[in-house]
Amino acid sequence: MNEELIVHGIEWTLKELFVYPNEYIYWSIQIVMYPYMTGLVAGAFVLSSLYHVFGQKQLKEIAEFSLVFSLALLPVAALPLLLHLQQPMRAMEPLLTPHFTSAIAAFGIVFTLYGLIVVSEIWFVYRAYFVAQIDNLQGAPGFWNAMRRGVYRALTFGARDVSPEALSVDKKAAKILAGVGIPVACFLHGYAGFIFGSVKANALWMSPLMPVIFIMSAVVSGIALCMLTYIIIMEWQAFRQRRRGGAVAARETKGAEVEIITQSTRYLLGFLIAAISLELLDLIFRGYTAMKSWDILRSVMYGKDFLNIFVLQYGLGNLVPFVLLVLPGRTMKRTVVALLLVLFGVFMMRWNVVIGGQAFSLSFSGYMHYHIPIIPHSLETFKEGVFGALTVIATPFVLFWFINKFVPSLGRKVQQS
Amino acid sequence: MTCSRRDFLKEAVGGTLVASLPLSAFTILSPEEAKAAIAEAKVRWAFLVDTRKCIGCGLCVTACKQENDIPFDAPVTRTWVERYVVTKDGQTHADSPMGGRDGFIDDKIRDEEIAPEDIAKAFFVPKLCNQCDNPACVQVCPVGATYQTHDGVVLVDRDWCIGCGYCIMACPYGVRFFHPEHKVADKCNFCYHRITKGMEPACVQSCAFGARRIANLRDPDDPVTKIITTERVAVLKDEYGTKPHVFYLGLDANVR
Repeated sequence: MNEELIVHGIEWTLKELFVYPNEYIYWSIQIVMYPYMTGLVAGAFVLSSLYHVFGQKQLKEIAEFSLVFSLALLPVAALPLLLHLQQPMRAMEPLLTPHFTSAIAAFGIVFTLYGLIVVSEIWFVYRAYFVAQIDNLQGAPGFWNAMRRGVYRALTFGARDVSPEALSVDKKAAKILAGVGIPVACFLHGYAGFIFGSVKANALWMSPLMPVIFIMSAVVSGIALCMLTYIIIMEWQAFRQRRRGGAVAARETKGAEVEIITQSTRYLLGFLIAAISLELLDLIFRGYTAMKSWDILRSVMYGKDFLNIFVLQYGLGNLVPFVLLVLPGRTMKRTVVALLLVLFGVFMMRWNVVIGGQAFSLSFSGYMHYHIPIIPHSLETFKEGVFGALTVIATPFVLFWFINKFVPSLGRKVQQS
Repeated sequence: MTCSRRDFLKEAVGGTLVASLPLSAFTILSPEEAKAAIAEAKVRWAFLVDTRKCIGCGLCVTACKQENDIPFDAPVTRTWVERYVVTKDGQTHADSPMGGRDGFIDDKIRDEEIAPEDIAKAFFVPKLCNQCDNPACVQVCPVGATYQTHDGVVLVDRDWCIGCGYCIMACPYGVRFFHPEHKVADKCNFCYHRITKGMEPACVQSCAFGARRIANLRDPDDPVTKIITTERVAVLKDEYGTKPHVFYLGLDANVR
């Protein structure tokens, strides 16, 4: 097709019945990824705060991990937005000339504020560790060690006081930051819900419940991802230790801690119930009030998107993992399966909101179908296709691997001994 | 003068914060400009569509595309014409192939043949940006790239739009799209470059049947304003509270 005729959205939109000429699926997979990743960030942070603020001691290990993991997830929350913009070079404009009647305008500010909170909390939690590393690496041979020591020196910002008083100040600061961070994390994500919920032109999105639903499902997905990554990493470390053989301390071979998982699961289930209740309330309310848009909404929800909404999201993504987690005699493997399904369920919820909201025309007399580009043949079909989404999913793990080199968040005791 | 490291850092952070206050965000207005901004504008552009006169030839769409540099064969358009065929069984059939650019030369609607004896009524409805008084698109633009002029027209700044698509999502009328070449949001602006110079919009000028007309609502002697104020006109989708300013004569309840 002639370059000038390629209209944004035309490559993945299929129209059915009467749709206005300019209507396409303008918000595609990256806008599904945006609330999904933001939700993971917010959820990971809330999980870490359960320990730092509310003193849930069983969660200590996973709390440190999820704090660092939320830092790795943080840049990735903005990545989908960048990939989605038609003018990515102008991405800084919302910060330079924010137009505050727009929900998106505050994103840069909330996001930056939240980033500062996460980074400073990590700094306070790890400062003593940084100082210890400077001493440990003193005179260690090799360029790599010298470089690491340089990085740790820089990371302390010259604050090398590790007296008990100084450490207690650190702890207090981390606690305050974690406390402030919870509302900010909820705001960051609740307002992602507001971006959708406030679009009065879209019959599916417009709902004051949207921000709350988003927060609840965000916490669900964040906890699930942290638990999953935690289990995988711990089991992998234990597996490697066992393979190496020799006299290994019992603690090191144990893998993921059962109490941590049990406790986290309890929170996960609580938030999951809250999320589902709100979503069902929203659905029932729409059906009962049956406004002008209900006819087309019903045909989308109970017809065209039935599989996506009721089978994949509510069934496979919510009900099945719920049963798996509640049934007695839970094993680690079953937990992993349940967590994967929970993550999938939250993803489907985002999908059904973003793509489902564009599945019907503003004329209420036609439909649009989204065909996600798989094999890219242009930058746009890469960015807004399967591979663009996979890039977004993979990035936090790469970042975590890198950050974890300097800020180890798992099995710290093992390394120190 | 001594300065501890702590003090230095404190002052440096404070100084940076103060210096980074975006002074450029404030504009100093001259007395004339301030007066012009407060005083009520002498012009409020509005549009009148007489659906009873439209024959669906699509010349307005062609004229618009040429006047405003919208790629001719791209399936997006600033203005379009919809065809409605209401059959005797109460069904509404509607279409707008290529925005009605080439006229409606085929009797079939989406490959469906409708027998003439089954038709209860049929008509055409031209559509364009409603230049709302309370525009949802302006409200949601995160950078202020789309804005309302003092005479009521909503414009897009092509050099400042980031292409997020929020305005496209926010418009209940579906008039917005991404320009295939400029990669920014685009929409009808009543040919602002023409109407501010005393000319008619391209679609108005090209309509041989007088189905499209432009009005200045602040001018009581404007003949089109007289029609809008004295006859029974309707607007599209007023339930969204956007206060649209494209008025319709002979608007049918079946129009979406």
